[in-house]
Amino acid sequence: MIPQKPKISRLGERAVLLQWDFAINPENLNWLISVKDFLLQNVIESKVEVINAYNSLLINYVLGIDSVYDDLERLQAVDFANISTTDLQRETYRLPVCYDAEFGLDLEELSTTNKLKISEIIELHTRPIYTVYFMGFLPGFLYLGGMDERLRISRKKSPRQSVAKGAVGIAENQTGIYPNSSPAGWQIIGNCPVELFNPQLEIPCPFQAGDQIQFYAVSKAEHQEVQEQIKSGNFQLKTEKR
Amino acid sequence: MSEVEVLKPGLYTSIQDLGRMQSAVYGVPRSGVMDSLAARKANLLLNNPPDAAVLEITMTGPQLHFHADAQIAVCGATFELKLNDRPLEGSKVYSCVTGDVLTFGGLKRGFRAYLAINGGFRSPEILHSRSQYPGITPKSRIEKGDRLPFTAATTEKNSGARVQFPETGIYKNNIEAFPGPEWDLLDVSVREQLADGSFTLLPTSNRMAIGFKEAVANNLKGITTGPVIPGTVQLTPGGNLIALMRDCQVTGGYPRVLQLSELGICTLAQKRPGEGIQFSLAIA
Repeated sequence: MIPQKPKISRLGERAVLLQWDFAINPENLNWLISVKDFLLQNVIESKVEVINAYNSLLINYVLGIDSVYDDLERLQAVDFANISTTDLQRETYRLPVCYDAEFGLDLEELSTTNKLKISEIIELHTRPIYTVYFMGFLPGFLYLGGMDERLRISRKKSPRQSVAKGAVGIAENQTGIYPNSSPAGWQIIGNCPVELFNPQLEIPCPFQAGDQIQFYAVSKAEHQEVQEQIKSGNFQLKTEKR
Repeated sequence: MSEVEVLKPGLYTSIQDLGRMQSAVYGVPRSGVMDSLAARKANLLLNNPPDAAVLEITMTGPQLHFHADAQIAVCGATFELKLNDRPLEGSKVYSCVTGDVLTFGGLKRGFRAYLAINGGFRSPEILHSRSQYPGITPKSRIEKGDRLPFTAATTEKNSGARVQFPETGIYKNNIEAFPGPEWDLLDVSVREQLADGSFTLLPTSNRMAIGFKEAVANNLKGITTGPVIPGTVQLTPGGNLIALMRDCQVTGGYPRVLQLSELGICTLAQKRPGEGIQFSLAIA
């Protein structure tokens, strides 16, 4: 990709939005996160919170609006083309998913609609390495990229009032995990017993933008075992350095 | 720790401070007081820091029993207020003693009031804020029988103090707004409707979002999911205008046509469902 100057605009009195129009892919995400780190280290002088989405950064200013004006000038002067992608030292996490019919409420529907055997659905869902782009929608809800197109399916015609914590769903070309019990419009294919969000922790979610995730299929018994390990504090996420 | 006991919670009363500013990367909504000007004023009257936790009271107020001496101030919407049988005024400091009962009666003006207490409510901080939000704090609002902790007042300093604030026009119908990131993509006729039209608040409005009844002819599709903040006004493909408020998500996929100023958010927070507003566009 060719790094380019973003469109820089204010969003209200206490935020600045940087927008690019590059393609959504892991390489561009890594560059975007590198830009975020660069700006935090070299450009922004005030107390801020910076979040990224697919191809934008939002700088939220904790304090007054004077610092927004000062930083705006500095941001306009940044030579974005010269910011290179740094090695983010991100992890690849392996997450267990139980695709048993008890959890996979819409496996049959997906199987019929997309003409796939359930074993093929599991194979297609566990094969890719997904990229965490950012979190949104619900606390701890990961926006994952990289799902196999053959699993693409539209949302439920009428959303469910509630799905279980850990429900793994598909909507259009996205897959995701509901970190807590929630109303849900996604097609539910399984359940992940790993705790994705705990507000009592200083770092409430074990993942961050740029991390990679691969699912592996587990039986109901193994799913329950992981749940018990989490309860007793003995669960260790499986990771490998990229 | 001293306590205020909730005898009646009111329609939707929650503990709020200025919200969570460091957790959006985890997808955590900012939350915090809807009308920050009124809440700041209540805290200022009591010499509290601006981020002291207050009670946000919506439309129908609570009844509260003080189990210790306290100093209080109520700002924002005007309610009929009584301490035991004695009528109280808004924007004034009062001393309560153990056993007193504070009752919020009829709502006379505005939609949300703020009850500040000396030192602020001291419920546990979660992710650096006391603001109640489902899934973050154990409860999403106060309930009957809850005991809200605070530090008992030891002196009667400041009682009767008043603070003169400049008139902010908060009870006018103009909502201050800037053009949003996707404003430039709108047809001229849509921009004119947003700038000149009247919009009526829907009854489904809440701390997450305030929707408007009037349809807006929309030629825009969704956008690549991008960041949103409180005050972002989205236009859905179905032509509905939605002003995101303090409990909104951190990202959204609808075009962001306007961005309310802080004053605009506070002004809108004081409007009732069924009331009409106009956006007052500041040219950036």
